[in-house]
Amino acid sequence: MAHLESVPMFWRRMKSLYSLIGVECLNCGKKYFPPRLICPECGGKEMKDYRFKGTGKVVSYSIIDVPPKGLKYQTPYGLAIVELDEGVRVTGQLVGCNLGEIKAGMRVETTFRKIIAVNKNGVIQYGYKFRPEGYPRINNGEKK
Amino acid sequence: MQNGICGIVGYGSYIPRFRIKIEEIAKVWGKDGSRIAKGLGVVEKSVPDMDEDTITIAVEAAKNALKVAEIDPSEINAIYTGSESHPYTVKPTASTVAEALGAVPCVTCADLEFACKAGTAGIQMCMGLVASDEIKYGMSIGADCAQGKPGDALEYTASAGGAAYIIGKNGCVAKIEGTFSFTTDTPDFWRRDGAEFPCHAARFTGEPAYFKHVIGGAQGLMDKLGTTINDYDYFVFHQPNAKFPLRTAISLQIPTEKLKEGLVVRHIGNSYSGSSLLGLARILDIANPGERILVTSYGSGAGSDAFSLITTDLLPEKRKNAPNVDDYIRLKEYVSYALYAKHRSKIRGI
Ligand SMILES: [Zn+2]
Repeated sequence: MAHLESVPMFWRRMKSLYSLIGVECLNCGKKYFPPRLICPECGGKEMKDYRFKGTGKVVSYSIIDVPPKGLKYQTPYGLAIVELDEGVRVTGQLVGCNLGEIKAGMRVETTFRKIIAVNKNGVIQYGYKFRPEGYPRINNGEKK
Repeated sequence: MQNGICGIVGYGSYIPRFRIKIEEIAKVWGKDGSRIAKGLGVVEKSVPDMDEDTITIAVEAAKNALKVAEIDPSEINAIYTGSESHPYTVKPTASTVAEALGAVPCVTCADLEFACKAGTAGIQMCMGLVASDEIKYGMSIGADCAQGKPGDALEYTASAGGAAYIIGKNGCVAKIEGTFSFTTDTPDFWRRDGAEFPCHAARFTGEPAYFKHVIGGAQGLMDKLGTTINDYDYFVFHQPNAKFPLRTAISLQIPTEKLKEGLVVRHIGNSYSGSSLLGLARILDIANPGERILVTSYGSGAGSDAFSLITTDLLPEKRKNAPNVDDYIRLKEYVSYALYAKHRSKIRGI
């Protein structure tokens, strides 16, 4: 995970990380996240920024106990493959609910969280994670 | 400034979902938790998740404010973030918020600090820019992940949360009739550069600090506008605990019914820069059109900003666009002191 420590790399990915901005092919309309320069579908070279709505559903997930460097104190946490409503699959951490509440097929939305801060003096990298859709109105007030 | 020219176009709140009970903290230090909770009028306080800080709280609150305002983020040309727990000493919270909202690059940004009242100072700055037509909309956010030294009295209440306010001329959910500030140099609470936790002058934080400035601000505003207690339906005062605002109400002869709806401190503790602004958000969540609100923030060091507001017909519909304060208060997950210490990075080496 050496790339996590690169400030320029983080800065270049910032719009994707902060706002789930990918691209849409102007030729065939296919959407990509993370952004691509050339459309693998049709070979089109004209892509424009596309801001994904950030809603989708969990396709699969796992609970991470042995994390990459810098995420040690967040374990155990849920990591999910989410199919966005636009049909694109992305990987992201799941927050805002207990691990036992995570299940395949659950509806999620993006939230803005700290992704990693490599050390006390370094740049803090922020970005999207997923949480149950409709947060914080997710328990109908029945819990506890 | 001409009264009622600008107002609140949108507002949003955010409170992390973790809670710790006052009794759980007291147990660790061998104190009588139920007595402390009763004395403070606070049952439990909010605790941020491991990956939440003032910036993430500010972004969440700001996004909710945008939903209520129903405006494009590019129309916001000023963003101020008031906090005493900005994640960086150098590098603004506000620019990250602006980037995350999609308000960049045509926007002026700055971080503000005045203990617990920097968020309201930011509202005043936005009012000036909006009233003079320099900008269409400005946003001010008060947010904190408050620090309290383990074992210190502040630890029972120092919590996390924030609220964002978008100021503009058109589409207001509440008009701002006027504002008044009251400031002196009063060393009741401080944190030196590089120090991890703040210090406070214990009992000195009451009379010459909180009460003098909050009452001075509220009374000063009413004198300025020619209003009286009876003209207002709701009052919100900064809430370091429930006791201080209640005592303020008593000395100003305000019926407690006009105060209690905004006392979010009971459920979430003192979110510092978020405190009075979350109290105001709670009132905006429930108020009817045409109701009058007086809100007075307080920041140690020391000063207060008071605002007189009148809600408009747009409030009931627009506020449905985002979660309200009670939604956040209701969603909660209790943590033990051990987990709380981990969340607040109190263990050495994290
Ligand atoms: Zn294509």
